[in-house]
Amino acid sequence: MGTNLTIGKAINAGLRAAMEHDPKVLMMGEDVGKLGGVFRVTDGLYKDFGADRVIDTPLAESGIVGTAIGMAMRGYRPVVEIQFDGFFFPAANQTFTQLAKMRRRSAGKLAMPVVMRIPYGGGIGAVEHHSESPEAYFQHTAGLRVVTVANPEDAYWMIQQAIRSDDPVIFLEPKRRYYEKTEVDTGASIDEVTPMGAARIARPGTDCTLLAYGPMVKTALQAAEADTEHSIEVVDVRSLAPIDYPTITESVKRTGRLVVAHEATLTGGPGAEIAARVTEECFYHLESPVIRVAAFDTPYPQSRLEEHYLPDLDRVLDGVDRAFAY
Amino acid sequence: MSDTAAHEEPELIQLLTPEGELTEHPDYPLDITAEEIRALYRDLVLVRRVDSEAITLQRQGELGLWVSLLGQEAAQIGSGRALHEGDMAFPSYREHGVAWCRGIQPKELLSMFRGASNGGWDPHEHGFHLYTIVIGSQALHATGYAMGVQRDGAVGEDGTAVISYFGDGATSQGDTNEAFNFASVNNAPVVFFCQNNQWAISEPLERQSRVPIYKRAAGFGFPGMRVDGNDVLACLAVTRAALDNARTGNGPTLIEAFTYRMGAHTTNDDPTRYRDKGELDEWKAKDPILRVRRYLEANGLADEAFFASIEEEADKVGETVRSQCRNMPDPEPLDIFHEVYAEPNVHIDQQRAEFADYLSSFEGAGAEGGR
Repeated sequence: MGTNLTIGKAINAGLRAAMEHDPKVLMMGEDVGKLGGVFRVTDGLYKDFGADRVIDTPLAESGIVGTAIGMAMRGYRPVVEIQFDGFFFPAANQTFTQLAKMRRRSAGKLAMPVVMRIPYGGGIGAVEHHSESPEAYFQHTAGLRVVTVANPEDAYWMIQQAIRSDDPVIFLEPKRRYYEKTEVDTGASIDEVTPMGAARIARPGTDCTLLAYGPMVKTALQAAEADTEHSIEVVDVRSLAPIDYPTITESVKRTGRLVVAHEATLTGGPGAEIAARVTEECFYHLESPVIRVAAFDTPYPQSRLEEHYLPDLDRVLDGVDRAFAY
Repeated sequence: MSDTAAHEEPELIQLLTPEGELTEHPDYPLDITAEEIRALYRDLVLVRRVDSEAITLQRQGELGLWVSLLGQEAAQIGSGRALHEGDMAFPSYREHGVAWCRGIQPKELLSMFRGASNGGWDPHEHGFHLYTIVIGSQALHATGYAMGVQRDGAVGEDGTAVISYFGDGATSQGDTNEAFNFASVNNAPVVFFCQNNQWAISEPLERQSRVPIYKRAAGFGFPGMRVDGNDVLACLAVTRAALDNARTGNGPTLIEAFTYRMGAHTTNDDPTRYRDKGELDEWKAKDPILRVRRYLEANGLADEAFFASIEEEADKVGETVRSQCRNMPDPEPLDIFHEVYAEPNVHIDQQRAEFADYLSSFEGAGAEGGR
């Protein structure tokens, strides 16, 4: 059963399917009710599931995550929307010291099936704090799972997988790709589609592995297409915690080169982690050092400069050229 | 407004005076038998003994830290005994008396402060969440849990109530204020029980609040009251009323139990650096245990044999606490990797396997690694 959906609509459909599947699934956040969220990702859910299951909260991120933890303790599966990436920070304490650690602290007596949905990343001409890529903070925190989607098919299925997980999942939504549309197989079975922890070969190739996730996957695919000289393999990482290293290292061992591209800042970013691990595991297969193409180690700039700040097609291609320079 | 407004003493809700005289409060009648009062006395004495043993064990190097409840026994036992079996309590880290009421063995608490566990009791089994160290975080968990209770339809005559414990310092935290607001707008069945023990480590109440803490509730739209936190009967009556109010659908209440931390903040603290001895003496006169004893004695409700039997029981509890603490095994090294995630995690699995190999590389080590 194929349906043409945007990423935003696919997440919406996935949320709806999860709510229909399990009456314990709840939506919580600012404006998620009547408005349907500022990006309309929860559109229609309030009307169909009511105010008890689609909860418009006070404007307080720590309160949203903190009460979701209590809801989870009571047996619910809250899906929390943090309106924009930069507003996650007021909820950082609840996320890092409570949500992530609760299972461990309780020696497994408490599960934390909480999903934090965060529209993240730049490229929409927004004001300060509306364009950030905070994934490394989450990735660095034991107890959290971190995933991000790059296409409608994954958006539809991964949100449902995230909700079914008994672990807290940070679900990062590439906001500038919300309106990308492709066909989604909504008739498949959740047990048969690619699991949310697995990386995916988005485009096979033989000369260089280009690794990306979330909003950068599209750019990586464009770069691979544009480079007519080489055969570039694009890997969509999908899960940043845990990372599916076998898929990545197998690819690198075949191609001999790795370029990692992301919107997060360079230093201590996911690319640094991947580069270190791939170097450990693929040292004798590498024809060149692992190359990182990332945002600069600066605060996200004013939007009139973001096209220079975000790795674009040319900067990714430049990274690929650097890999082939060895 | 004067700097001491937070100390302003309105009529504290009180049922038992420091001299041990039973009084009546028009709003908080307490139907209680002599036997029940004797049981409360027993609780007070025994938790004080657990506490003093734990302090000693810390001094002997058996515990990394202890957080004393000395002086706050009445606030904890009074409120703790007001809870129904299905109710849920969300403590901070000093609620050993409430833990006692919820059937948590003292050894579980000691295990956490010894570093042998993270506080691994089952919160659902006991209706008592794990100790929360980051100040005020648990007020939100309690509120969310209470919102879940509402959705379960567990509000009404036999409904479920939730209680959150925190100190005066926590009222400065954003999370506590967000919890007040979430609870209020949702009319959640939660009671906020603030043990105002006058000191947040070395910071006095004046550095936390310009208004009496119980008055903050009004700004959030629910009732707040100040109870004599050293009066176990008043704490019982007021908490019982607030919990019943919550469980029957009338929403949150803030109870400020006006009490005093007679010891240090923790065993790492030295209160002689920041507070007068006179203050301690003043509060010693309001001792929560002494006044119950005075009442029982003056009214012929307990004889010497009763008090002696409680002392004897306390000695036994102390002995058990000491031996349990000293005989507590260290966790296995590979426990580091347990229960981080519900689902398999390849990174952790790999690191566990590597560490197990590393441990077993030592001569004579077992499969789980030598210690």
